[in-house]
Amino acid sequence: MTAGYAASQPAVRARPLARARYHALTAYAVLAFGYLLLPIAIVIAFSFNDPAGRFNYTWQGFTLDNWRNWDAVPGLRNAMVTSLEVAAISSLVATALGTLIALALVRYGFRGRSATNLLIFLPMSTPEIVLGASLLALFLSLQFATGFLTIVIAHVMFNISYVVVTVKARLAAFDRHLEEAAMDLGANEWATFCRVTLPLIMPGILAAGLLAFALSVDDFVITYFNSGSTITFPLFVWGAARVGAPPQVNVFGTMIFVIALGLMLANILLQQKDSR
Amino acid sequence: MSWVHRHRGVVPYLLLAPGLAWLAVFFVVPLGFLGYQSLQEGSFDFGYTFSWAWQNYRDAISNYHEQLIRSFVYAGLATIIALVVSYPLAYWIAFRGGRWKNLLLLAIIAPFFVTYLIRTLAWQTILADHGVVAGILRDLHLLDADGRLLATSTAVVAGITYNFLPFMALPLYVALEAIDPQLIEAAEDLYASRLQAFLRVTLPLSLPGVFAGTLLTFIPAAGDFINAQLLGTPRQHMIGNVIQSKFLELIDYPAAASLSFVLMAAILFGVLSYARVLGTERLTG
Repeated sequence: MTAGYAASQPAVRARPLARARYHALTAYAVLAFGYLLLPIAIVIAFSFNDPAGRFNYTWQGFTLDNWRNWDAVPGLRNAMVTSLEVAAISSLVATALGTLIALALVRYGFRGRSATNLLIFLPMSTPEIVLGASLLALFLSLQFATGFLTIVIAHVMFNISYVVVTVKARLAAFDRHLEEAAMDLGANEWATFCRVTLPLIMPGILAAGLLAFALSVDDFVITYFNSGSTITFPLFVWGAARVGAPPQVNVFGTMIFVIALGLMLANILLQQKDSR
Repeated sequence: MSWVHRHRGVVPYLLLAPGLAWLAVFFVVPLGFLGYQSLQEGSFDFGYTFSWAWQNYRDAISNYHEQLIRSFVYAGLATIIALVVSYPLAYWIAFRGGRWKNLLLLAIIAPFFVTYLIRTLAWQTILADHGVVAGILRDLHLLDADGRLLATSTAVVAGITYNFLPFMALPLYVALEAIDPQLIEAAEDLYASRLQAFLRVTLPLSLPGVFAGTLLTFIPAAGDFINAQLLGTPRQHMIGNVIQSKFLELIDYPAAASLSFVLMAAILFGVLSYARVLGTERLTG
């Protein structure tokens, strides 16, 4: 924290009032971070709780049993596996479809641009409950049985827009001269795309894929409407919450948190290495 | 390849086709079906038939205006609180974060790494009747001896605020981070006070972030039903709860469908007015 801090220190040292104001903002930031992180701490702490009854609400004592018996709750592991399968398939499909749209939007002028932009924007500005309800309305009307397949269809649908936005941001920051240089050196369009464009926007595509994966694993509302009898991890938590969620739910929640955090940390560290 | 060369104008449409087709079939068409359903009449036992039943909309609004208004009040409150809480935080990271910016940003989105339902259940634990927070507030006489935190409007608004706060903080940060600190220095060199520099330089330049954050927070908040379900009682139920139970429990499709459209129309009206001001291109990035 010292680097950015030191830069503006001299001016601060001069006036006590300004200094107090400076530290007040820092103190506020610390408090705000505490607020953001408190529920996470609760989730992790209660994965080590030793609940007396069915309800894992009050702290009863420390135990490692929940971690040791992580697979003791029937259906929980299957729900998690289903979630991961849905996320893997739907994020792959959505990333492919969304990247193509982003390429078209950034690289080409064509009729219907603003209509396309609107169609990308609308799913993001529609409440999840309406997205879920309308898809179910379609499946009911077609008498199409809801289940694994309909969950995947729904997840691809709501993920496309997020992929487009993420990849577009990367493409917009792209130096077109690099492509021109490749073409000047005799590469045709296809070779230029594969050897220059694609590698350069790959981080954006990867980021979009990860975002889609994360949104898919976390989705409850749209899944709830279109799941039939298939149970994903959030659906399992919902069902369990009504009768008192077992501490193993916290174990899984903690694992997801640690893995996601680890991936993001690795990404940040890699970026900092690159920029040095 | 040569065909593509001769018809260059076709390339963007080829790139767009698969993705837009998916959105057309699984987003636009379903909305159409929902609209069709919203005008049906009948009962679950005897089936529903289409009959231009516009009275569904009148019934939806007159029977559930309470939940509808509550949704917008809760979502509005949550959006305002999220803005007030996260603006100084985003400001602090953008201008004082130094080389730790990315890590601090990670702390802001960390709640997203805990499954939505699980972090809402964590708030159930925090606000519980025998929990620490309620105990402290009772000791300070800020809460009656038999007063509750859980199962109140406060709990629901607090839950919504927490759950969607990163949606507010991130665009704020992006907008604030893009501001050249030299602009603020220039304002101060030209004898603006710190407050004037903030009000006339920093704040206006961060407005796109405020707009984006407001939309990203308000839209999911208005349609939410999980916080009201887990942290509230039926007296805190929002329009999402009604749609959910009509659709999945009472199997009253026309009512659920017309309520969905009322909700969407109300939200879309707000969003499009924003988009008019900003341009859709800027909103979608």
